[in-house]
Amino acid sequence: MANISIKNVTKSFGAVKVIKGVDLEIKSGEFMVFVGPSGCGKSTMLRLIAGLEDITSGTIAFEGKVVNALAPSDRGIAMVFQSYALYPHMTVYQNMAFGIKLGGATKEEVEKRVRIAAEMLQLTPYLDRLPKQLSGGQRQRVAIGRAIVRDPKVFLFDEPLSNLDAALRVATRLEIAKLHHSMNNVTMIYVTHDQVEAMTLADRICVLRDGYIEQVGTPLELYEKPNNLFVAGFIGSPKMNFLNGKFAAPYKANSIGVRSEHLEFVAKGGWPGKVIHAEKMGSDTYSFVDLGMTEPAIIRETGTSRHGVDAKVSLAPMKDKVHRFAVDGKSI
Amino acid sequence: MSSVPENGTPIRNELFAGRVRSAWLFLTPMIVTLLIVAAWPLSRSIWFSFSDASLGHFRDAQFYGIKNYFKTITMDSGAIHHFGVLVDPAWWNAVYNTFRFGIVSVTLETVLGLAVALVLNANFKGRGFVRAAILIPWAIPTVVSAKIWGWMLNDQLGIFNDILLRLHIISEKIAWTADSNYSMFTIVMVDTWKTLPFMALLILAGLQQIPGDVYEAAEVDGVHPLSVFWNITLPLVRPALMVAVIFRMLDALRIFDLVYILTPNSSQTKTMAVISRENMFDFDKLGYGSAESTVLFLILLITVIAYIKIGRVNLEGNN
Ligand SMILES: Nc1ncnc2c1ncn2[C@@H]1O[C@H](COP(=O)(O)OP(=O)(O)OP(=O)(O)O)[C@@H](O)[C@H]1O
Ligand SMILES: [Mg+2]
Repeated sequence: MANISIKNVTKSFGAVKVIKGVDLEIKSGEFMVFVGPSGCGKSTMLRLIAGLEDITSGTIAFEGKVVNALAPSDRGIAMVFQSYALYPHMTVYQNMAFGIKLGGATKEEVEKRVRIAAEMLQLTPYLDRLPKQLSGGQRQRVAIGRAIVRDPKVFLFDEPLSNLDAALRVATRLEIAKLHHSMNNVTMIYVTHDQVEAMTLADRICVLRDGYIEQVGTPLELYEKPNNLFVAGFIGSPKMNFLNGKFAAPYKANSIGVRSEHLEFVAKGGWPGKVIHAEKMGSDTYSFVDLGMTEPAIIRETGTSRHGVDAKVSLAPMKDKVHRFAVDGKSI
Repeated sequence: MSSVPENGTPIRNELFAGRVRSAWLFLTPMIVTLLIVAAWPLSRSIWFSFSDASLGHFRDAQFYGIKNYFKTITMDSGAIHHFGVLVDPAWWNAVYNTFRFGIVSVTLETVLGLAVALVLNANFKGRGFVRAAILIPWAIPTVVSAKIWGWMLNDQLGIFNDILLRLHIISEKIAWTADSNYSMFTIVMVDTWKTLPFMALLILAGLQQIPGDVYEAAEVDGVHPLSVFWNITLPLVRPALMVAVIFRMLDALRIFDLVYILTPNSSQTKTMAVISRENMFDFDKLGYGSAESTVLFLILLITVIAYIKIGRVNLEGNN
């Protein structure tokens, strides 16, 4: 268990400022997910917390103790790298045992911890194999196993599932969720740009953009009460429908946003338009409606749609489901 | 070679035959070149080693059996004498010298080369320049650099003695190349100076194959830097290291130019290649010298095969 408090942290690579002042409190035992567009500084934040990069200014403290100058191995962390970073010449067993063996654990202790982790991750049959003899998913589990045996207070994951195929992602995501439940009070920080991973795994999500934090909150908070246009557009799939001009005026806002599941077809009134495309997903249908804006509005219906392509329709947002934004993009 | 698989479709076989054809097309120029520059001279010198060839008559050389290698002469008195390369003390002394030189210099070059490569692999300003500059000794032709060293090491006029005297490291001038106590040391030193860059760059190439994230994982694991070197860097650079050592070993065991120029007449440094040339051209025993060259070739072959087997060197490049 460790709470992490990040105060006014910045990071520059040479003249380039990458992290531009981040304040964040991560509670002990929390599952915190960092999301944001590519290049926004998620990996850099994680590496700062790990101690793999020096902080340019500000402080990072674990349980109130500033760790700015502490080596990664002394922070009680374990990291799972996107590229796995397994030792290529060591077997699965050796990969997991190497760090703790040198850390001074007895042979029996090492053996026990590796066996337990291998059991948990279903790696027991592969203990004598080299990483190159494993599939991507198995390598990923070895990387996680190597982190588990360290018995860390803080787990750091950098896009651990991005090299896996869709089915394996779901399975491994489940493993990680189970892992978080089984390891009481372990703080986890998880970087991803996958919406679903963020929404399903996180206790809280931290949305980063361009070196700043845009918003921190539970998945539902971010979904229901985004602070600004960026978060509103970033969280949720399909993307929130944004409308401005004459659509926004009645709501006394510069622009408004409505999620696809909060739009409905109405017989009269509402916004007139024409269906230009429909995506049938089986359980749902997403209809793309041209309202005369540059982007079509997307509306979700359960089951199949009553309206085919080219149908003239009228749309209206559900009551109290309209997000209003000011000129500067902030929510009102 | 291309036996038709029972269930193979004709299309696949045509593809395969096409690949075999283009493989031969690409290989032919190299095979022809090798036949001309390697196989032909090699077979000539093996033939000479079984003949009574001399510089004056090698076209009409007569077959001589294995007498260059081994022959027994019974004198009128009844005393029996053995002659030939295989019982020649001068030859076996040269073999000893060559291996002594090879093992000492290659070991030294490997250890120092690894150290230099580790330094060059670190991130520092001007790294590119240093990497290029360090190649200079390797780029100078051996004959030229051996002459330069010969002058620097000259016992009367050389700068080497002068510096050591001034620093009071030695009290009287040393004949580095002529004194049999120092001649081997001198050869090893100059050879190391010359081939260290080659070794360092080969190892550096191996070091750069190691992914950086492995080192970060070790950092998080809290592995001591020395342990990182022994347990991670060394095993991962081993394949490159082993290949570099083969190259250097082959080179060292047929060393000629450096010895010929620096210490031509010292029995302490005379190597296999030097003594074989001496017999062929200075003593006009082309057959005998060729026999020595042939044995040199066999020794190299056996050494390399043994090294590859024992060291389990992977020359095929697959994992
Ligand atoms: N070592 C470095 N030197 C210079 N610039 C760097 C370095 N590492 C990262 N950057 C820059 O910092 C910015 C943030 O990088 P970072 O890797 O944190 O992004 P990210 O959010 O993880 O992106 P992605 O989702 O693509 O992994 C990028 O613009 C990147 O170019
Ligand atoms: Mg990243």
